[in-house]
Amino acid sequence: MASVIGDDPRIIEFDVRTDEMLVNMGPQHPSTHGVLRLVLRTDGEIVSEVEPHIGYLHRCAEKIGENITHRQWIPYTDRMDYLAAMNMNLGWSLTVEKLMKYEVSEKARHLRVLISELCRIASHLVGMGAYGLDLGSFSPFLYAFREREKILDLFEETCGARLTYSYITIGGLTADLPTGWLAKCEAFLDQFTPIIQEYHTLLTTNAIFVKRTAGIGVLSRDMAIDYGCSGPVLRGSGVDQDMRRDGEAIYTAMYDGYAFEVAVMKNGHYPRDHEYPAVPADAVVGDCWHRFFVRMVEVVQSMDLVRQAIDRYSACKGTIGEPLKLTEKMPVGDAYLETECPKGQMGFYVVSDGSAIPWRVRARSSSFSNLAVTHELCRGCLIADVPAVVGSLDIVMGEIDR
Amino acid sequence: MRGSAFYDQLDAAVPGGVVGSNYEALDPWIEVASERMADVCRWLAKSSPVRFDSLQCITVVDWLETDPKKAAKVSWQPRLELVYHLWSTSSRVSLVLKTTLPRWKNDTPGQLPEIPSVTGVWRGADWHEREVYDLSGVWFTGHPDLRRILCPEDWEGYPLRKDYEQPVEYHGIRGR
Repeated sequence: MASVIGDDPRIIEFDVRTDEMLVNMGPQHPSTHGVLRLVLRTDGEIVSEVEPHIGYLHRCAEKIGENITHRQWIPYTDRMDYLAAMNMNLGWSLTVEKLMKYEVSEKARHLRVLISELCRIASHLVGMGAYGLDLGSFSPFLYAFREREKILDLFEETCGARLTYSYITIGGLTADLPTGWLAKCEAFLDQFTPIIQEYHTLLTTNAIFVKRTAGIGVLSRDMAIDYGCSGPVLRGSGVDQDMRRDGEAIYTAMYDGYAFEVAVMKNGHYPRDHEYPAVPADAVVGDCWHRFFVRMVEVVQSMDLVRQAIDRYSACKGTIGEPLKLTEKMPVGDAYLETECPKGQMGFYVVSDGSAIPWRVRARSSSFSNLAVTHELCRGCLIADVPAVVGSLDIVMGEIDR
Repeated sequence: MRGSAFYDQLDAAVPGGVVGSNYEALDPWIEVASERMADVCRWLAKSSPVRFDSLQCITVVDWLETDPKKAAKVSWQPRLELVYHLWSTSSRVSLVLKTTLPRWKNDTPGQLPEIPSVTGVWRGADWHEREVYDLSGVWFTGHPDLRRILCPEDWEGYPLRKDYEQPVEYHGIRGR
């Protein structure tokens, strides 16, 4: 049309002029990983501002915690990060144990490592599969859920539940493993090991996937720290921090003697990176691809830890001990503990006035801090990249809204 | 670093900022004068020998016994206690700051107690302070956009206060 009017560039400019538009994404948008609502201010295809609105899944977990006993709150922690409920149970149990200065038996400690690392694999599989889904690739989701299903079957045998386990509890675990479980777990690991390669073929090295993630949503090291990001989001930005190594004694003691390297890029290399595909040329530290890749490295790392835990657990004499009774009175004081959950550092804080019911409970959610950085990552990106950025943070709304 | 040498340094850098400490607690803490909170945090994050470059959590503990029988027995005064959990990524140590606020400003119910915002120190404090304002009713002066985050904007009251009463009705939805 412009050519008919003339060659004046100002007329063409006027023709393709776009207005700012507010686009509402969610709270039922499938690629927002739950009930997250994003309001995008867009100019054409470019997003100038993103504002996340949260709270759609707020269930007053902290207020409920002030009315029930410490052990009764365990099921509520299940429902925070429901994809890694075992790790949530562990975090709260350890916090209360820290308050009581209570130590679980060695066997229970190894079993806790075994279970929580297995749950980390399950959580990262969902994170990975759903991320593929966000970027329009359906197959990885099915491949990931196929394997996750086997982990859930294993969990079902230990505690009867497939999603909200309440298995790890204050004072130990609710039950010991059933006979023959370890053999099944080992069989799963053996069968799972070669499958990792499939995931790398499907996503990590997939040209389309790399194009969609490499160099997109770059989170600088300083910004990640400033916003209190943690977990794979922080490590994806090249910060060498993992609570399993750097946390408090009560938590790191669980991993004493376990061999593992923090999944972070150091001097241009991931630990044992000869086993993995090469980092694409377009990828920069802190982008979506690296956040995704850290999770893939952690899956292998967790498998390794599970194998070590199986050995240690089977070599251990004695019992896993008894969980504390529901109405156990706590000493006066307060305790805060952060544990390394699949999504990041989950902190629990408990204040006790000496009774069986906590005076105040607090859950510091890792996804909450990780999501807070979205508006920085999405400034100036394309609309199509918004799901890629949000998906790479691997958030769970149950944990953000509590 | 949690010893008294660090305390003295902090005291010298921000005169009047610190008012007490407890090194015997499970998580040793430093008590800060509420009106100097932002100054203390700025020094800890930018100038201290151990840079606390990350804010992990802000918690408000409402010390109020609502049961009159029990209230007669408790030794403490009704107050709000703010707990800041800081973390240093370079030194891998944590620090706990505590400060006390009155439950209501000028003892007038409905008037929120005020404390300087630390959003200028850590950008991540933005959402944490919004959450504290939303659920516990503390006004952070200097916060760029202080509004509710988890509850709807027209929600009344501050749910994590001990004397909070659930609304009877919200937009036609029956409460109690």
